[in-house]
Amino acid sequence: MAVVAFDEMTGLDGPAVSAAEVREAYGQLRAWLDATPSEHFNTRRSQAELLFRRIGITFAVYGDNESTERLIPFDIIPRVLTKPEWSFLERGLKQRVTAINAFLKDVYGPQECIKAGIIPADLVYRNAHYRMEMRGFRVPHDLYVHIAGIDIVRTGESDFFVLEDNARIPSGVSYMLENREVMLRLFPDLFSRHRVAPVENYPDALLATLRSLAPTTATRDPTVVLLTPGRYNSAFYEHSFLADKLGVELVEASDLFTKDDVVYMRTTEGPRRVDVIYRRLDDDFLDPLVFRPDSVLGVPGIMNAYERGTVTLANAVGTGVADDKAVYSYMPEIVKFFTGEEPILHNVPTWRCREKDAFAYVMDNLKDLVVKEVNGSGGYGMLVGPHATKREIDEFGRRLRHAPDGFIAQPTLSLSTCPTFVASGVAPRHVDLRPFVLCGADEIRIVPGGLTRVALKEGSLVVNSSQGGGTKDTWVLDA
Amino acid sequence: MLSRTADNLYWLSRYVERAEFVARILDAAHRLASLPTSYGGGETNEWASALASAGDPEAFKTHYDGVNSHTVCDFLAFSPNNPSSIRTCIETARENARAVRTALTTEMWDAINGAWLELRSYEGRDLTRDEFSRFLDWVKGISLTFDGSAYRTMLRNDAYWFTRLGTALERADNTARILDVKYQILLPASEKVGGSLDYFQWTTILREVSAFTAYHWVYRESIKPLLVADLLILNRQMPRSFASCYGMLVEHLDLIADAYGRRGPSQRLASNMLAKLEGDNIDRIFTSGLHEFVTGFISDSNRVGAAIAEQYLV
Repeated sequence: MAVVAFDEMTGLDGPAVSAAEVREAYGQLRAWLDATPSEHFNTRRSQAELLFRRIGITFAVYGDNESTERLIPFDIIPRVLTKPEWSFLERGLKQRVTAINAFLKDVYGPQECIKAGIIPADLVYRNAHYRMEMRGFRVPHDLYVHIAGIDIVRTGESDFFVLEDNARIPSGVSYMLENREVMLRLFPDLFSRHRVAPVENYPDALLATLRSLAPTTATRDPTVVLLTPGRYNSAFYEHSFLADKLGVELVEASDLFTKDDVVYMRTTEGPRRVDVIYRRLDDDFLDPLVFRPDSVLGVPGIMNAYERGTVTLANAVGTGVADDKAVYSYMPEIVKFFTGEEPILHNVPTWRCREKDAFAYVMDNLKDLVVKEVNGSGGYGMLVGPHATKREIDEFGRRLRHAPDGFIAQPTLSLSTCPTFVASGVAPRHVDLRPFVLCGADEIRIVPGGLTRVALKEGSLVVNSSQGGGTKDTWVLDA
Repeated sequence: MLSRTADNLYWLSRYVERAEFVARILDAAHRLASLPTSYGGGETNEWASALASAGDPEAFKTHYDGVNSHTVCDFLAFSPNNPSSIRTCIETARENARAVRTALTTEMWDAINGAWLELRSYEGRDLTRDEFSRFLDWVKGISLTFDGSAYRTMLRNDAYWFTRLGTALERADNTARILDVKYQILLPASEKVGGSLDYFQWTTILREVSAFTAYHWVYRESIKPLLVADLLILNRQMPRSFASCYGMLVEHLDLIADAYGRRGPSQRLASNMLAKLEGDNIDRIFTSGLHEFVTGFISDSNRVGAAIAEQYLV
């Protein structure tokens, strides 16, 4: 079944009938695409790859198996958003992340939203990511999610939906930054023909955010570090890239220790007190004394220091409860309850298979729906009904019947398409968008744009890099 | 800076230095072994002493049956079971480099990563004598490129100083290992045996520290064991002598102490050793026992290494 999708360049639901059709934002780009011979794109694409190896992946390791995997395909045609579109998204993102923080403060505190019947208690308490250890303790500045990656899809001229709230340790921001660097080098003339809002200030905004989160007891010049699981982690490249751009130490657990509930790092000049830890390590591995005792990636005693308020963890422990597909389905009510406003950004309509009527509907319509595991991520463990064989659908149906609580279902969204350079030339491919929202004690900062992921296979709706997705530079036009 | 970063930089340069040392030992052994027996050549002895200088003979025994050019070359150049084989040195150096990628300049990273990639083309096949020779030259080139890029591209801060510490200490240790294995042939007793046989043994020592030509420039004399020992131990012109290595060590330990505003045990121990070397002379060392002096130096040097680790690296 071919999905008829909104094309962000032509504005049409389907292939262009006339070459003249183009949305205003893409006017210049369209002219450039039409005027440029495709050999030129080929040359530029190989140059892009070279640049990625040189400037971007200079940290990585040429010829190393792990790193070749890390070289996610890059598409040289940018994705363009207009200023009004972005302003709308920005307002919606701020509202959404504010609500998520209020929700987390509530579920680890007074639990008003459960008492008010906004969300079923068991969805919160029996959630694998709900941390009893966080009950009744106030995190610095009452903020839980400091770095969020909100996945957004588009289906029409003004139809944007939130697909997922990544509230644990969202990744991919290094690609947003590197894609822009590479584009600036390859196509300087395009940038002189467009007014593209810059993204290069992201590391600055991130550092300002992290510094603002320091415990109130910290000195005026707080020490920030980035905690990585180590060089064997698949995102290690991003960790070292960010630490380098932020100008903070990239630490592993063995570089940290705690004494009298204070966290220190081991330096050549002796122990140095640490105030803020941007941790890229899952809750489970943070502290072997509290969570998984077999974790060698964690710092014994760090949770005690955290609870004593001597150190800030970004993101806070236990934010996963807001990053769950079942909780997601209640997000419109959550936003309304905590902000008192109508949600600006809508959810994708979602059937919760735990509810009897919804389950029956889902079972009857598997071939038209996308069914996802509540705790799954990365595009694994899901069924895309229209693209599945009868056998796959039957098999998935059996899994679903066995544990309906673990699944939600959504209609097959026709994600918008953008012109993309593929083997056959320039062709429309489906995209999504992950803006990064930084939530500091002082303000919420969002660098215009985000990471656009593109499904490179024709007709595919799965944009995850693990499943053949690539990335694009994302332009927000300032005028 | 993080202690772990300093530790990685320190070991990175130690392993690069060690790879070159092993290459020079193998080169000199080949040269001596190819001489007619009457000139001190011949197989077994030279390979046994190469093994003793650059590897662990006990570990060797568990993997090979006999000591000959083939087994010793394989063990010292390519064996994954030898923690100091050229291959292991390059791999360990690269592992350390990778962990501190952001603390290195691109040039340094390219030097070590390029070496690691090229190493694969030598592994796992029987090299001819010519190919093996080219391999050894290539290894010596790695340390030149690495040192050169560190010298030319690194900021002059603690990161640079810790790489220098690693190089200095490893060099001192390597020179001492040669003397530890070969001290007998420098002793006066063997001089009486005399003749060309000893001459080639002495020149081999000089080649192992790449000082054969330097000797003549420094002493303007024919090769004498006492002066060979002087060159390797006390002479400040010779970059691999104990005294030079300690000069370099003290200089960089002092730079670190100045930057951090604090001196510690490693500074004290190292400058004591340098003062001792500067106040000594080679006749006195021979009178009181060359071997005792060398083994004493090795254990003192280990103490300095431990003090550096304790003070900065953990």
